[in-house]
Amino acid sequence: MTPLGYLDAAGQRAHIILPLTWLTIAISLLVCVVIAVLLWLGVRRARSSGGAAETRATAVTGGRSGVRWIGMGIAISGVPLLIALVWTMVALAEASGPPADPGLTLDITAHQWWWEVHYDAAQPDQTFTTANEIHIPVGQRVLVRLHGGDVIHSFWVPKLTGKTDTIPGQTNLSWMEADRPGRYRGQCTEYCGWQHAHMAFEVVAEPPAQFQRWRAQQLQPAPAPTTPEQTRGRSLVVYRCGACHRVGGTLAGALAGPDLTHVMSRSTIAAGTLPTGPGTLAEWIEAPQALKPGNLMPNQGLSAQQLTDALAYLETLK
Amino acid sequence: MRQPDYRTPHIGIDSVEHQSRLLELWEGEGGLKGFLGTVDHKKIGIRYIVTALILLVFGGLEALIMRLQLAGPNGTLLNPEQYDQLFSTHGMTMIFLYALPILSGFSNYLWPLVLGGRDMAFPRLNAFSYWIYLFSAIFLYVGFLTGNGPNDGWFNYVPYASRDYNPGLNEDFYSLGMIFLGISVTAGAANFIVTAFRTRAPGMSLNRLPMIIWGTLTANAANLVVIPAVSLAFFLLWMDRQYGTHFFDTSGNGQPLLWQHLFWIFGHPWVYAIVLPAMSFVSDGLPVFCRRPLVGYPYVALSTVATMILGFGVWVHHMFATGLPGLGMSFFSAASFVIVLPSAVAVFAWLATIWLGRPVITTAFLYFSSMILMFVIGGVSGFMTAAVPTDWQLTDTYFVVAHIHYVLIGINVFPVLGAVYYWFPKMSGKLMDERLGRWNFWITFIGFNLAFLPMHLTGLFGMPRRVYTYADGMGWDTLNLITTIGSFVLAVGVLLFVINVLKSLKSGAPAGPNPWDAPGLEWSTPSPPPPYNFAVIPTVASRTPLWENRLGESGVVSSVDRGMLLSQGKESIGSSAVDAEPDMILHMPEDSVAPFLLAIGATVLFVGMLLKVWFVIGIGVVLIALGTLLWLWPRRDLREREPVHG
Repeated sequence: MTPLGYLDAAGQRAHIILPLTWLTIAISLLVCVVIAVLLWLGVRRARSSGGAAETRATAVTGGRSGVRWIGMGIAISGVPLLIALVWTMVALAEASGPPADPGLTLDITAHQWWWEVHYDAAQPDQTFTTANEIHIPVGQRVLVRLHGGDVIHSFWVPKLTGKTDTIPGQTNLSWMEADRPGRYRGQCTEYCGWQHAHMAFEVVAEPPAQFQRWRAQQLQPAPAPTTPEQTRGRSLVVYRCGACHRVGGTLAGALAGPDLTHVMSRSTIAAGTLPTGPGTLAEWIEAPQALKPGNLMPNQGLSAQQLTDALAYLETLK
Repeated sequence: MRQPDYRTPHIGIDSVEHQSRLLELWEGEGGLKGFLGTVDHKKIGIRYIVTALILLVFGGLEALIMRLQLAGPNGTLLNPEQYDQLFSTHGMTMIFLYALPILSGFSNYLWPLVLGGRDMAFPRLNAFSYWIYLFSAIFLYVGFLTGNGPNDGWFNYVPYASRDYNPGLNEDFYSLGMIFLGISVTAGAANFIVTAFRTRAPGMSLNRLPMIIWGTLTANAANLVVIPAVSLAFFLLWMDRQYGTHFFDTSGNGQPLLWQHLFWIFGHPWVYAIVLPAMSFVSDGLPVFCRRPLVGYPYVALSTVATMILGFGVWVHHMFATGLPGLGMSFFSAASFVIVLPSAVAVFAWLATIWLGRPVITTAFLYFSSMILMFVIGGVSGFMTAAVPTDWQLTDTYFVVAHIHYVLIGINVFPVLGAVYYWFPKMSGKLMDERLGRWNFWITFIGFNLAFLPMHLTGLFGMPRRVYTYADGMGWDTLNLITTIGSFVLAVGVLLFVINVLKSLKSGAPAGPNPWDAPGLEWSTPSPPPPYNFAVIPTVASRTPLWENRLGESGVVSSVDRGMLLSQGKESIGSSAVDAEPDMILHMPEDSVAPFLLAIGATVLFVGMLLKVWFVIGIGVVLIALGTLLWLWPRRDLREREPVHG
């Protein structure tokens, strides 16, 4: 219904926040209702309606001082305020502080306008980099180290964790722990330029075994081409796309754009802009500036044959 | 140096001859020279109000275009660049060019009148701050209209505002324009503060100040302190952009977060500066229509000051997601909760005033009383963002957009519209049309709430701010359509307001000096007031000088028709800061084109800095020097040359 809504939670950190959110919503609604009723009943006491003449015709009186109203107002406001304050401090203590012993550590770098996701590991050959789709094992605390690539962005997966900015020059920490499998949408929430609107990502929470299989797959280099089309396609991809992108196991090794080694395994392209598929991929390669104006990828202007070849190869990058 | 004048003023009774003598002394010149040279606070006040309302309409039109783009998913009316400039210019316009200037306009017009004085403390400085405001607004809008409007939001975070990511002139226009505008705000703030403490009618001690003085004084004391922070921030940014300094640039060990601290240490007090005076309009206006004095005056006055002081300690709640330490955030969270309490004082004082009075429903009353509810809605959503973990979810979603609009429209625009209905008769001598007023109020009220109440849900459903478009299937389509419809209804309400003002100016019923039978000193003068405001300086014995006989306070008699005559020149009275005991005669300046010339010089200077053309900068400096010389040239009538006798 609402992929970015935060009135339901699917992860530990979001679960800590949610009751506080409901508490403050409840207090807020209650206060609004009480004041609205008081105001409505007060205004209804008016005997006269009109303009200047009616105002002048109503006599001025001193009346009671009414200071007790203010005392009562302070008392009534003070109690929920204090409850919310204490609850906030408790929730803040619980939710802040990165986990001491995370099951998984991610280094996420935000770029205009995509997410670079690096999986850390004790052994260097177990590390890898992907983009815009973050797989995590269910039930494990994941430490997220956030790096600023260019301008300030903000990392947010409402069902799992609140926002933490990615700021150049500093490393911010966040964490998340999914309590059930699912696909959870994330979004950049600090204004970062033209395509701030198209800077989404997905967190895919999977049972640990499935996550391990995914991880093993991500560690694989790209498969060798098996048809002439794919072979031509690979040359083209290395020559053209390789200026900015990396395809593991080929000469394409640039890091300016998302890693394409397993691009077809991800559910969207261009940071949540389009669903992945041969058709959308073709559209994207031909006219990225029409689909996501201002992004760093130029329109490619390939011939029909070149496009067919490139797609034939790219489709093998699963 | 000016010689103080300690003569004992003549006391006398108002008379026709006295009035014509004062008129001769105070009436400014006509023609272009009079137009450019006037220092009359009433004319300057109205100029502020009209300019700010025109900019309100500009900002509103920008909002309507954005609402068309966002009416449905995948909108294609605007490209991202256009949308970014629109939302940034909308924020700049409403927050900087409308919200404070409109309040300064009312205060400019009303302060000497409610204080029993004949002008502001520094009339020429007053004219100067208006001209700077006007020219900086034009400067900023020239940027927008040439496609170089701000494009990084009103908050203008670096590094996106730095030259690497923002190579055009957009951010140079914005940086320089904001420094330029800051001159106006600072000059105005100093003027308000001195006026409040030194030019009150005898007897108007601190505990008798009208609430509009408390609201505006508090706001401007804050402005004087915080404007340097933001001017500095924009100056450093401009240096980074144009001269390769590294204040915010990480490659030279600069800090992007420094910008946010400098900006919000200004920005949050500013939010209070643009609502506290408006709240004081309600505190002054609402009791008139409840036919009784404000409940709990000392508490409301103190809560105004308390809000501002606490307001200096909450800026980090704009930065809860920036990775600051939890301990630091908990302090700012607690301060943000505590600031609810002084607001509660005001809300319950207003409610009690309605309950314990005899309300008369007029359009002004409707604006003032409905503001209470919208103040509370904007307040509780602010309270929610004070809870740090919850704010990690709320921040930068449409929930905060809803919040800021309840604050700025609910607590600024509604009181301002109410204030126009209330004080328009004083300014123009004519009553506004109440029938049209009712239409105006209800359509504005319904449109506003239709647009912004559902927006809280849009935020809770996760829609991020500042996106030029959004995908379908996110649960936001219907809500956005409702908001767009509501915004157009709101626009119709504002249109009716404009029509009512124009219609009433042309054919409104004559108002007389005190159409509402209100208690303040401003209602003891004719409508519109003569150039000298008061023929004799009133003497004040209570908070409600014109209601004394009816409130049954024994032995309390203010005097409005017998007092100091001060007619030997352009004179007004200076008084002591706390008790308002008269202590010297002030010699007020004649009209002067020096402020205008100085403002023109400053404009040329800023254009030169924008273009980085030294020749133009030089012309600006020369003009500024000439204007300053003209301004400061010692004048005999101001006792700045040899002593005068008599």
